Amino acid sequence: MLLAEVVGSTAAIGYGLAAIGPGIGVGVIFSAYIQSTARQPESSRLTLPYVWIGFAVVEALALFGIAFGFIWQG
Amino acid sequence: MNGQPSILAAEFPPSIQDFFPASIAPWGGDNPWFTKITLMLWIAVALIIIFFLVAYRNPQMVPTKRQWMAESIYGFGRNAIAKEMIGSEGVRFAPYLATLFCFIFVMNLFAILPFFQISPNSHFAYPAMLAVISYVLFNYVGIKKHGLVKYLKNSMVPPAPWYILPLLVPIEFASTFLIRPFSLSVRLFANMFAGHMLLLVFTLGGFALINANGLLAPISVLSWVLTVALTFLEVLVVLLQAYVFTVLTASYVQGALADEH
Repeated sequence: MLLAEVVGSTAAIGYGLAAIGPGIGVGVIFSAYIQSTARQPESSRLTLPYVWIGFAVVEALALFGIAFGFIWQG
Repeated sequence: MNGQPSILAAEFPPSIQDFFPASIAPWGGDNPWFTKITLMLWIAVALIIIFFLVAYRNPQMVPTKRQWMAESIYGFGRNAIAKEMIGSEGVRFAPYLATLFCFIFVMNLFAILPFFQISPNSHFAYPAMLAVISYVLFNYVGIKKHGLVKYLKNSMVPPAPWYILPLLVPIEFASTFLIRPFSLSVRLFANMFAGHMLLLVFTLGGFALINANGLLAPISVLSWVLTVALTFLEVLVVLLQAYVFTVLTASYVQGALADEH
């Protein structure tokens, strides 16, 4: 007996799960930047480039998910 | 509502095919080498060259408005990226970094300009080529400064106890020489690709809803409002990705130039 059926690509669900990690990571980076700036306001310009580098490196993981989803969709 | 043109709504779930516009070669025929994407590349290059040539044709001691703009853009690449990331040694890379920033920014900007509405960077070839240039650059300056053996040792052998090195060296090798160019290009490509895909989903989704049935039709307005909001998000992404690509290139050059840890 068929109770339920899912059609379409399960890659969407997989990508949703894969985006949790980078989501947390990006959140941690910005929270660290906000904390450091609140404690030491003069350091805000000094740490900003590293915020963007860290953000870009973490975000790349989520973007690999998008790219590979299309590459391996068959 | 039934009179809606169903051309757009017919192909609702947007697919890869939406990224391959038809040939616009004036001599006709299906020529994959001359499409909207090619045209945008030429426009981007021409715009940058003409802008900087015109702005610097007659430089003044007290800059004109155009000269001030060009100087601020170059100054951003020189001071905020090259000097900040690489140090005073980095000024000689400022022309490359500033050019890279301008080029990626203009190419990305096509993603939100009316009538263009797709960035050439959402085709993998463009970011891949840019990443190859940056890859060759940072390896070249590293080898030139330290010599091949010392450069490889600097970038692959971290200061760690000897028994952990068999684990660390392959990781460092993969991270520096294999994953770096790959992640550099995929980051830019996937950002532009996903941005275009998002805008397509919400624009075409609006048409799909309006054509679906009477109850769903009002929700299409919500879909289009989201399209507008996402376009503003795209403005941010366009600028940020140009900056991130340039800063990462600068940071790799800095890593290659740095002395032993």
